[in-house]
Formats: sequence, C-alpha cells, structure tokens
Amino acid sequence: MSEKPPRVGLFVTCLVDLFRPTVGFAAAKLLEDAGCTVEVPRTQTCCGQPAYNSGDRGDARSIAARTVEAFEGYDYVVAPSGSCAAMLREHYPALFTDDPGMAAKAAKLAGRTYELVSFLTDVRGVTGVEARFPGSVTYHDSCSGLRELGIKHQPRALLATVDGLTLAEHADAEVCCGFGGTFCVKYPDISNTMVSEKADAVESTGADTLLAGDLGCLLNMAGKLKRRGAKTSIRHVAEVLAGMTEQPAIGESAEG
Amino acid sequence: MESSARAFKENARAAVADPQLKRALSHVKEGFIGKRAKAAAKLPEFEVLRDAARDIKNHTLDHLDLYLEHYERKVTETGGQVHWCPTAEDARRAVLEICRAVGARTVTKGKSMIAEEIALNDHLEANGITPVETDLGEYIIQLRGETPSHIIAPAVHLTKDLVEADFRAHHTAFPPERPLSEPRQLVNEAREVLRGKYLAADVGITGANFLVAETGTSVIVTNEGNGDLTQVLPRVHIVVASLEKVVPTLEDVSTILRVLARSATGQECSTYTTFSTGPRRAEDPDGPDQYHVVLLDNGRSSMLGGEFQDMLRCIRCGACMNHCPVYHAIGGHAYGWVYPGPMGAVLTPNLIGIEEAGHLPSASTFCGRCESVCPMRIPLPKMMRHWREREFERHLSPAGARAGLALWAFFAKRPSLYHFVTGMAAPLLAALGRGRFRRLPLAGGWTAHRDMPAPEGRTFRQLWAGRRQGESR
Amino acid sequence: MSEAREQVLGALRRSLRRGDTAGTSATASRLAEHRRNLIPARADLPRAEQVALFETWAVRQAASVVRVSDAAAVPGALAAFLKAENLPAEVRMAPDPELEALPWRDQPMLTVTKGPARDSDAVSLTGALAGIAETGTLLLHSGPAGPTSLNFLPETHVVVLSANRIVASYEDGWDILRARFGEGTLPRTVNYITGPSRTADIEQTIQLGAHGPRRLHIILVGANADAERD
Repeated sequence: MSEKPPRVGLFVTCLVDLFRPTVGFAAAKLLEDAGCTVEVPRTQTCCGQPAYNSGDRGDARSIAARTVEAFEGYDYVVAPSGSCAAMLREHYPALFTDDPGMAAKAAKLAGRTYELVSFLTDVRGVTGVEARFPGSVTYHDSCSGLRELGIKHQPRALLATVDGLTLAEHADAEVCCGFGGTFCVKYPDISNTMVSEKADAVESTGADTLLAGDLGCLLNMAGKLKRRGAKTSIRHVAEVLAGMTEQPAIGESAEG
Repeated sequence: MESSARAFKENARAAVADPQLKRALSHVKEGFIGKRAKAAAKLPEFEVLRDAARDIKNHTLDHLDLYLEHYERKVTETGGQVHWCPTAEDARRAVLEICRAVGARTVTKGKSMIAEEIALNDHLEANGITPVETDLGEYIIQLRGETPSHIIAPAVHLTKDLVEADFRAHHTAFPPERPLSEPRQLVNEAREVLRGKYLAADVGITGANFLVAETGTSVIVTNEGNGDLTQVLPRVHIVVASLEKVVPTLEDVSTILRVLARSATGQECSTYTTFSTGPRRAEDPDGPDQYHVVLLDNGRSSMLGGEFQDMLRCIRCGACMNHCPVYHAIGGHAYGWVYPGPMGAVLTPNLIGIEEAGHLPSASTFCGRCESVCPMRIPLPKMMRHWREREFERHLSPAGARAGLALWAFFAKRPSLYHFVTGMAAPLLAALGRGRFRRLPLAGGWTAHRDMPAPEGRTFRQLWAGRRQGESR
Repeated sequence: MSEAREQVLGALRRSLRRGDTAGTSATASRLAEHRRNLIPARADLPRAEQVALFETWAVRQAASVVRVSDAAAVPGALAAFLKAENLPAEVRMAPDPELEALPWRDQPMLTVTKGPARDSDAVSLTGALAGIAETGTLLLHSGPAGPTSLNFLPETHVVVLSANRIVASYEDGWDILRARFGEGTLPRTVNYITGPSRTADIEQTIQLGAHGPRRLHIILVGANADAERD
C-alpha cells in the first residue's frame, strides 16, 4: 500500500544558489526525509521579483513564463523562501491576465507551490525533525511568508522538536527587517534604520543564533549584525531543521 | 500645499538623523499598534465587519454619481447648499466667497485633511481672514507654522517640551512662571485660549468623515469636541469634503464607524460622532444659520473605474501609517505632501502626479503590514506596484537603476548564460570575501551601513550536479 | 445647475462608463430600505443586561453613572453630584418638558436656568433620546428641547437617561429617530456621545477635557425597577 512518493521540483531561489547552497541541500534533505523525490530543474533562475517590484512587468512576465515552463509536471514546487514562494503563488497568475493560456498554467503552478517549512508541516504532516542544535535561537518572521502565506507557527513547531534548542522571541519579530529587495539599496538610510532596530531587538534577546526562512532578509540582518560586531550567528531555518550546521554561519568564514 | 515629495530621499536622510523626531515617533509604535490589536480582539465580528465596510464602499463607488445627486438633493431640501468643486482652486474660492458674503473676520476650524489638501489656511490669511485651528494637534502645528505629520495625530512628530516652548512663546498673556511641563497643563492652557476663539468666530469650518446620501448629512468623528464647538457656535458652518466620502445610509455609516475608531486609536468608538443636517431649524435654540458643503473632486473622479479605485475606499483612520516601519523611521513630513505613509504613497501621486511623487510608492519594502490592518482592505502594496509600473513605462525611474535591472533581467531570462556567470562569480567572491565584505564595488548602498556576506563557494547548481553524478556512479 | 456640478458628475460618469440613469433603481431601493448590515452580537441581550452593559461601557470610557429609582429622585441626585464634585449649585438646563416637570422645588439651594449654553455656564443638564448599550453611548439631538451647545460648552455635562430608553445598537437609534422625524430626514444635529472630551495629541497620553466637557455624568432613571420599554 505504499503511496508513490510525490515528485517535488525544488525552486532553489537565486540567492540560495549563489550565496548559500547549504540551504538548498538542507531543503532537499528535509523534503526527502518527508518522503518526497526531489528534482532541481536546470532552467530555473530567479522568480522575477526584482523586475516585478521595480515596475518592469515585461521582464517579470518573461521570467515568470520560463519558471512556469521549468516547473511543469511536478506534483509540488517548493522554495526555501516565503518571498519567492509567494511570488509564484500569489503574483504569477496576475501577470498573465491578458493571456488565458499562460494564466491557466500560472494558476496551476500557483496551486502547487509552497514555502518549504509550511509544506513540510501543512502538506506532508511533518510534526518533528531529527536534529540537534544546542543553544538559544530567535526567529524573524519574514514579511511575505508571514502575511501572504500565513507562516508563523510552522517553523516554531518544528524548531521545538530540535534537540537542545530553545527559542527566545525578539520584540517585533513580525516587523520588516528593511531588506525589501532593491529597497535596501535605493533607500539606504531608511533601510539602515529598520535593520538597526531589528538588530537591537535580536541582540537584546541574548540568543546565540538568529533564524529566518528567507535568505534576502538573512543577508541583510547578518550584514548589519556583523558590521556591529554582534556575536549572534545567522542561519536559514532549514539548516537547523536539517541538522546541516557544519558550514560557517552566514557572513562568517572557517577562519572565523 | 507646496510639495517637497521630490526631495523624499533628502527628507528621509534628515529625518532618520533627528533624535527628537525618533523620540516622538516611538509613541506611534508604542501607542497605536497595541491598542488597535486589543480593540480588534475584543470584537469577535471585527474581521467580518471589515469585509462589510469594504463592500459598502465598493457599492457606493460603483454608483458614486447617483449617491452624490441624492445627497445633494437632501442637503438642499434641508436648507443647505452644496458647492461642486472640480479643483482645489475652486474649493478655495468657494470657501472664501461664503466667508466674504457674511463679512467674516475669523473662522474656527475643526480638523480637515481636505483643508490641508487645498491649502485653505494660507488662502484665507492672504485674503484677510484669520483661520484658527481648534484640534489641539492642529493648533500646535499652526503655532509652529508646520503641516500635519499624521492624518489623525497631526503633532505626533513633536515632544511635549517643544509644545511647552511654543506655548510659552505664543501665549504671552499667561504668567511666565507657570508650570507647563505636563500634558495636562498644556491641554488646559490650550482649552482656555481656544474657548474665546470659538465664541468670537464668524464661520466654523469642519471636514467630514462621511456624507450620508439618505439624509444629506455630514458626519464628523472627534474625541475633543472641537469640531462640535466649531459648528454649533458661529453663524455659518462650512463642511469641506471630498466626494468619495459619501455612503448610502445611516446603517452603512454605523457599520464603517465600528471599524474606524478601533483601527485608528484602538477606541471602541470615538467620544463624539456628530451628524449635521442643514442649518438650524426655525425652532432650534442654537446652531448655525447657514450650512454649506464644499464638495471637492481634485482628481478623484479619474481614479474611479481604474486601478486606483480601491484607494477611494480609504476612511483616513491612519492604521496603515501607524503600522508602517518606513513611517516609523522617517515620520510624516519626509513624504513631502499632505498624506504620508502607505495611503499617501498611493493617493499622493494620483493628486499631484507621479513625476512629483515618484519616490513615495517606491519607498516601501512591500512588507504588507499596512494592508493587513487596513479596515477597508485596500490592497496598498499592489497599488504602489501599479505606480512603479507606470513610472517604469514612462521611463521616470532613475537611469542607473533601469540599466542594472535590464542587465540582470538579460541574464535571468537566459538560464545557461546566467548559470555560467554565477558559477564563475560565486567561487571568486567566496575566495575574496572570507565570510563577508566590508566594501564592495557597485554595492555602496548596501555596504555603507552593513557588511555583505560572501557566497559559500560554488553555486548550489554546481554542487547539486556533482552530488547527482556521485550518486549515479 | 452649475457648470462645475455637470463637470464633476460628467467626469464620474465617464470613469464609471455608463449613462446617467443606469443603476438608479439599485440606489433608490438601497436608500429606501436602509437595510441593516451585520451588527455585533455583544448587545443582543435581555433588557436588564443591556442596561448593565451600557453602564459598564460608559464607565470604561470615563463617564460616571448613578442609578436612581424614579424621575422624582433626579434633582436630589444632581445636587449630591455637584456637592461631591465641589461644583457650584447652578445648572443650565435644556428647555425640555420632561426635565422641567421634575420636582426642582425639592432642591431650593439649586439654581436652575434654561436655554442654550453661555460661556459662564459650568454645568449643563440635558435629557437623551436613547442610550446605546453596545458602547455605552448617549444619543442626543437638537431641537427646541435640546440646544446642542449644552452638550459641549460647559465643563460638566449631566445627562438624565431613562433606563427604558437603552437599546442595543446605533441602528436601533436610527429607527427611533426615523419614527420621530420621518424617513430620510434628521434633526439639524444628532450627537452620539461616549464619555467626556479627550485628546491624545501630546505624546499620545490621554487627557480628559480637551475642549468639550471634562466630566460626563449620567443619571440613569428606573434601572432597578422592572423597566418596560415604551
């Protein structure tokens, strides 16, 4: 009576591909542990948010069309990012309102796309992980995941099953870290004020490690914390859930 | 009002470096957010009421001309007069004519964002009529020669020591030694000063939170009672309102009121909700002899039927800015025109042009907190994106950013090339970075304030291909 | 009709892409029916509990409430309130027959004058058309018996409210007004008042008595008796 394992297309995300492959491998491991077959379509690049959020609808559409094509035929599409998953889920269909054929394909993709952690808990029914991570962590709720996809309790539920881990919530965990894609370089003064407040909140918990589900936010927060000389380590939540924490944390090197 | 929205970046830079402003803005975060959450939690029907409120306004906007005609008919029946004003200039002229016709010297004013939008005070002053703001916050900023920095808490950018200094400078009839450091003392002194103004005013001007088609009524919602003294004591009551304020019935107003105060200040309801219909009746012992409604379009009619129609549902509660991390960082003045925060980022370009206000819809991380608390469920981020699309189409966005975006998109659309380039870049950056960069060419916006974490080494794609080869062997 | 009017209405119709009569029946019926939308269940209670809910919310919003058994006890309750608050024994009363009929003779020390508020009046006394249980709100309206200035100008506003006038919601308030004044029309001013005047304009700290009354005192008549609604 063994059920055929679902075929999952892993949407790696451009940032994970370039900056933090460990997150991709952690995602693959978690998906495989949850009984899925994981494949990584070769023609994926980026979800297109930089274009979409800059008002460049034309390029956003072309990139979206490629992504739709690249992920045809999978049972599910999973991304280790709330922001990219929300782009595929919530925004792709709206890009093709004048092209019914593509709109239907985009809607089909949207219905099969999930953010990694919520996919594990909500679709695959995962209630715990086999991992050990001694120390205290604090968790930042990235905006798209939180508000567009309703991701709040899922990562906390799984983190609670990590051996040795304690969660210390920081104030305003739901407030934006100031990344916002191109926002952080277009409006550096505002972005800096926002990420400074986030860093204050994180540091004041005394937690050893800051976790989140989106690499964009993590790069931003890591950049600020490291610039300030904070002792906090920064990692993607998937690394901890998969027990893949041998790599130096984000913004750190093996030499320290 | 003159706009400085073009200088948004400079305004923002100055704002984030202002410690006094930072102190004042901390009250926004501490006050409004928790109170709204508590008020919403106390009413089990709150979320359903938001849907109902949205639906009422959607229906009204789809029939706006008809409801306005009915509204006007009812105003006229009760002895009032509606002045249709296509532009801000028309509205200023209409108010001035009414004031002149009764020989007005001073007018008291309740809080009105439309009066700010049409820059009414300057116009009245230029024509020899003294406007006196009576809402405490508005009064304070009038003394300072400033504009509101928030649509419901106009003086939220000020700390009490600044208010004390202003009162000492302006209220010279009071003993100089008086204690004035506590909010209580400041409120009492303003009360005393303004009392005389209410009684002396020839005309009272208020805004309107709603206009009710069913009865030809204007509605104001206040906590201070200043709007009521403003309209009941002088001979003439002028309402300045924009045309999207109309709703069909008293029942509809009641529904929207249930989400308004809770979203705005976290109150169950505001202290005073006042429904004004026409001038005083023959047998009434008090009230104004004349009732005028100056009804402003100023570009709103062109928002109907288009991608910004949803913005016309806005009831000016301020919840979007109260919850906006960008507003928290820079305050309201940096936005450079009447309406700050997320609602301003969408509305302002509609009213003064995207050429002038292009920064406003761009300066958002799309964190979505505004939409999540908007009582009228206005999709604010979506409409900011619409503005960015228009800017992009019209080549209004900065050339450097466009070029960078075009280069990135060129690669993103060509997966093989893209992966070739990233496959070269990642290991190189990893080797150079030793964990992170303090400085990086072309990334000054980033590295001015934070380090740039370096890639781990090879790209995921390269490593994954290796793993699969290893497995298959 | 004015050119400006046609300009604005024309612009609206162009944006809505329809002729000038389409939709008229939809709006006419909505206006005539003035159907209720969802009303919170909070005040959907038996009468005695509605009165208690009214009182709870009024007090939470910083009004004070005293219950008296019948109308004859109002002058005494007013005098006691003024004394307790250290206020002068002078009130400016609405020319309301119901208030005029009260036994003022029982309080010879109390000076009662009638009419709209004057700058010098410290305390006003008015009736109320209804009390709204949902939020502890008073419903007052202008008319020969109710000068609106009494609700705002004096520092202390005392309101006499019969418990049998307490209703659940604002919508109930509208029905009462329509029954009294007719469909599609209202008195010049209708005030929904919840607690005394306040402001938070200085550093978001709430201060009572911004411009309107510092104190709102409600004398609730007949709340203890088995009040039947009239």
